[in-house]
Amino acid sequence: MAEMSAMNRKLIQNLAETLSKQVKHFNKTEAECLIRLFNGLLGDQSDRRVGNGLDRGKFRNILHNTFGMTDDMIMDRVFRAFDKDNDSYVSVKEWIEGLSIFLRGTLDEKIKYCFDVYDLNGDGYISREEMFHMLKNSLIRQPTEEDPDEGIKDLVEITLKKMDHDHDSRLSYADFEKAVRDENLLLEAFGTCLPDAKSILEFEQHAFQDTLEH
Amino acid sequence: MGVALTRAAQWTTASSGTGKLEITPVNESLLKEILEFVEQFSSRHPQEAKHVFKEPLQWTTSLEASDFKTEYDISGPTVKSQETDRDGHPMLQLTPPSISVHSFSQLSKIVQLATDKKLKEVRACLEGKPCQPQNETLHPICILNSQSCILPISHREVRLSPAAVKNDVELLKSFCSEGETRVLTSVQYTSDYEFTNGCRTPPWRQVHGEICYLVIKPCDTQPLHITCSTAGVFLNGENAYDRTSDVYRDLVTLLKSKSPHFAENINKQDFAVQEEPPTQKVQHVELVDAEEQGQPQRSYEHQEKNVHEKARQQLVQNKPGGKKKLEPSLKWKNLGLASPYDEADDKKSKKNAVSEKFAEAQEKMQKKADVSVSSLPGRQSSNKTKTPGGVGGADDFSESSSESEEDEEQPERRTESNTDLPSEYWQIQKLVKYLKGGNQTATVIALCSMRDFNLAQETCQLAIRDVGGLEVLINLLDTEEIKCKIGSLKILKEISRNSQIRRAIADLGGLQTMVKILDSPDKDLKYLAAETIANVAKFRRARRTVRQHGGIKRLVELLDCVPDSAALTEEQEKDVEVARCGALALWSCSKSTRNKEAIRKAGGIPLLARLLKSPHENMLIPVVGTLQECASERSYRIAIQMEGMIEDLVKNLNCDNHELQMHCASAIFKCAEDKRTRDLVRQCEGLQPLVTLLSQADNKQLLAATTGAIWKCSISMENVAKFQDYKALETLVGLLTDQPEEVLVNVVGALGEGAQKPANRATIRKCGGIQPLVNLLTGTNQALLVNVTKAVGACATELENMTIIDRLDGVRLLWSLLKNPNPDVQASAAWAICPCIENAKDSGEMVRSFVGGLELIVNLLKSTNKEVLASVCAAIAKIAKDEENLAVITDHGVVPMLAKLTNTTDDKLRRHLAEAIARCCMWGSNRVLFGEAGAVAPLVRYLKSKDTSVHQATAQALFQLSKDPNNCITMHDNGVVKLLLGMMGSTDEVLQEAAAGCVANIRRLALANEKARYG
Repeated sequence: MAEMSAMNRKLIQNLAETLSKQVKHFNKTEAECLIRLFNGLLGDQSDRRVGNGLDRGKFRNILHNTFGMTDDMIMDRVFRAFDKDNDSYVSVKEWIEGLSIFLRGTLDEKIKYCFDVYDLNGDGYISREEMFHMLKNSLIRQPTEEDPDEGIKDLVEITLKKMDHDHDSRLSYADFEKAVRDENLLLEAFGTCLPDAKSILEFEQHAFQDTLEH
Repeated sequence: MGVALTRAAQWTTASSGTGKLEITPVNESLLKEILEFVEQFSSRHPQEAKHVFKEPLQWTTSLEASDFKTEYDISGPTVKSQETDRDGHPMLQLTPPSISVHSFSQLSKIVQLATDKKLKEVRACLEGKPCQPQNETLHPICILNSQSCILPISHREVRLSPAAVKNDVELLKSFCSEGETRVLTSVQYTSDYEFTNGCRTPPWRQVHGEICYLVIKPCDTQPLHITCSTAGVFLNGENAYDRTSDVYRDLVTLLKSKSPHFAENINKQDFAVQEEPPTQKVQHVELVDAEEQGQPQRSYEHQEKNVHEKARQQLVQNKPGGKKKLEPSLKWKNLGLASPYDEADDKKSKKNAVSEKFAEAQEKMQKKADVSVSSLPGRQSSNKTKTPGGVGGADDFSESSSESEEDEEQPERRTESNTDLPSEYWQIQKLVKYLKGGNQTATVIALCSMRDFNLAQETCQLAIRDVGGLEVLINLLDTEEIKCKIGSLKILKEISRNSQIRRAIADLGGLQTMVKILDSPDKDLKYLAAETIANVAKFRRARRTVRQHGGIKRLVELLDCVPDSAALTEEQEKDVEVARCGALALWSCSKSTRNKEAIRKAGGIPLLARLLKSPHENMLIPVVGTLQECASERSYRIAIQMEGMIEDLVKNLNCDNHELQMHCASAIFKCAEDKRTRDLVRQCEGLQPLVTLLSQADNKQLLAATTGAIWKCSISMENVAKFQDYKALETLVGLLTDQPEEVLVNVVGALGEGAQKPANRATIRKCGGIQPLVNLLTGTNQALLVNVTKAVGACATELENMTIIDRLDGVRLLWSLLKNPNPDVQASAAWAICPCIENAKDSGEMVRSFVGGLELIVNLLKSTNKEVLASVCAAIAKIAKDEENLAVITDHGVVPMLAKLTNTTDDKLRRHLAEAIARCCMWGSNRVLFGEAGAVAPLVRYLKSKDTSVHQATAQALFQLSKDPNNCITMHDNGVVKLLLGMMGSTDEVLQEAAAGCVANIRRLALANEKARYG
């Protein structure tokens, strides 16, 4: 490992330099740290092949363990949002690009990112069904209720009433953006897909300081 | 009672001396009442019953000798009681057909003897001697009246009790039944459950004194929703507790005013009312009881209205407790609440149970507040909220509201049956359900959706509370979810503008959590929490909670930011917002004295001083607001002066935000008690803006603050000169009419200070200020009177002004203020009288023309207030210049009273006392009398005082006293000569002369003595 790292050091530094120019929010050192972290995470993979990156399972583990996410569906969607080329692997570039929004994104970037996460079928709209799907586990089921989905449906209606400005019964990107700008709390309206401040801090500390010390 | 009954009873001929009682139901009932009372009197008040009437009761009786028994001496048709008075006259004497009775015990006995003729006898008795309320001779019935006064009653308000209301309702219900004559359609309680204390309101309303709610359907109008409380009855807003009508003293009065049909037909019901034998009988027992308790107030206000209201009066018969029974204040509220809880809970929905818990807690808290009635002077809250429902319990709490309590009592809305609730209620209930049962995502959606309701509207605010939303919102604050916390705080911030919500938040421990949030690294959370605290901490308990949980220190820490750098980063801007909200919260908290102290200790003053340099009004308002609130503390006034804040305050006087200007002026008002501060205001050129602000006459709060600042600044003569330049007095005189009292107090105060300068006295006269000032002497506001008397007194030092004051009879008005119970007013009036007597034409004659005036002022020498004594002595010194008046006051015993005061150590009093004594020596044997009363020796000690003005007056007094040889001996024995010898060398010629004169008298006596002995 150490040998390999030594051999790759030059490589990594070059890559870091390139990526830090392409991606906002990270300087070269930070990019380098993230690449190291990425490589570290890959290193554990036994069937590692060149060109591939983190697979779905691996990535979800990170989301769960490092960023405390729990919702399977949302984690899948976050993976998809990271995996821009849709090859089922998060490459090092996608990793750094994704993290730049994840950790340090501006509001605009985050709106875009969240919308992508929530737009399950990628058609540019968050439909009633998609909302229902995402919210279906958000309420504690009361055994007494006749229709257990009643509450969820109602919640969807509430959300639509609040966010669907053009009244077409689905959320366009414009709807979503306006709603979030009016009320920032609605950024993660359909499920937590961004880390909270505490885990960001911990992650950055781990990635940028601990890695350097190794 | 005599008075009340006399007025109430319906005499056949009102004017003639011996009227006949008409046979009407009213009279019959009155008679029964009296009868009942008389019958029980001797057993209830054995001592009073023995009291011998000055004048016997005499009437034509139908009783005969045979009716009397063992305790009487019967000789033929005449009967005498064995019981006699001290002179041996029998207490009862019957010489048919007339009978005379000398005491109540006998009267009781007669009534008992008369058995079935009771009523007739009582009636004959009353007719034989109608009671004359105006007549001051002690008529037996008046004794009855005064005796019953002995019982403890201090309130003037009429209170309703549950029993009284119940009886009223029973009565009204009886009106519903009869076909043709019916006056009401139905009378119903909203709740069938009756607590053991007789109330039908939920316990948390009972603490407001509310007894029950009624729905009364009159024949001609909409159903009336009525709240009966101990303070009276009023219409409520159907689904809310809010009072929507005036408060009436009882149901009948209310119905009369609301339903013309009722008013018209109720008179016809009289007879029917009388025919309620069962209730009637029971009630009589209570009636007597009630009469004894609640009598006097009834005779005051009640009767007056009733004289002409037959019908009403008749109804009163049937309401034993009605207006007669005094509510034993909170007893029933505090005692009766504990037990019925369990039962009550069963009957109520879960929801109510929750709010009951609130009420319970609230009540506990209020009781606590009662105990810890703080003695903080504070400012009286200017904008008292109306407290209709709360009046009942208010007197218990009223003391505790000396501190500014904007909202101690407010009508609460009751959680009623679910029928008429607005749609918002249901929607909010649903959202709260999602809040309770949702994960973070659902919670955030529900929170955001809830914010779309009009949270400024009370319906929504209370709906959130009533469906248990507050608990959830406050619980959310304890979670780790920042978004949920933010969302929750955003809602709490809005709804905490409602006073009931504030209390509920405090009861649920929300303040403690919010104080903790102030430590959070998230700035959004910080400022939202601070802003919510600012809203909640509007009542004392909340402010205390904030302090006790370390909130003040944390809030002060929030103030630390860079307020005035030109270009702020986003983060810095947030810091400023956090600081602003921190200042808002401190402003709310600073209304408690302890919090002021805590802010100071936490190092808040320099931070506030720094924020005071901010260019933003929304920052300045809370900062200056806090400062002016805290300026009631001396430590702050010094700090404001030392930290150079006066300059900033003055600068902000020039802004164009009235609220900010008001707070600045108010801060200056409070700080300018201090001379250096007054000078600073002048040096910072703050006087002119203050005068300019006087033109904002429409904004009364601003005007009050501005005039206050001008008043206090005027204490410095340099400032008065400035104000003279700015022609402030002219404007101030214009503000003497049609202003609220808080403005008038300050305007008059300013004029009083200004008038210390002769030129200003002329200005006030020329602007026509004397007349409005004199008119204000008839006011009742004590603070105002103190200032007005001072101003009038200052004006009176000018002869021309005095002419006007004299013409307006101002001196008489001043003199009558000596009767004011407030010692400050007394003193101020007495001081003002001095220049008046000095400058008025024929002042001696004028003073004599005030009937009882001299006696009044002499009697003020019994006061315990030093200032009053000093002022009265000064006035007496002036009065005594007129020989005739001196003679009168001597007759009123001025000499021993003055002599009694001589032991004082107060220099001001000493000086004026010595003056008065000097003057009073000029009449008759007063000199000798002063000596005999032991006034001389203490006077000698005055010469050791450090105050030179005391010396002068004392030397004059001693000079006068030394004309009596015995006094000379006393003086000499007390070592006066040495002291006077020193004073003879004084530069003060008056003192010199008086001292020399006194020594000369002593010397002469000594010489004469020697001559007598050796010559």
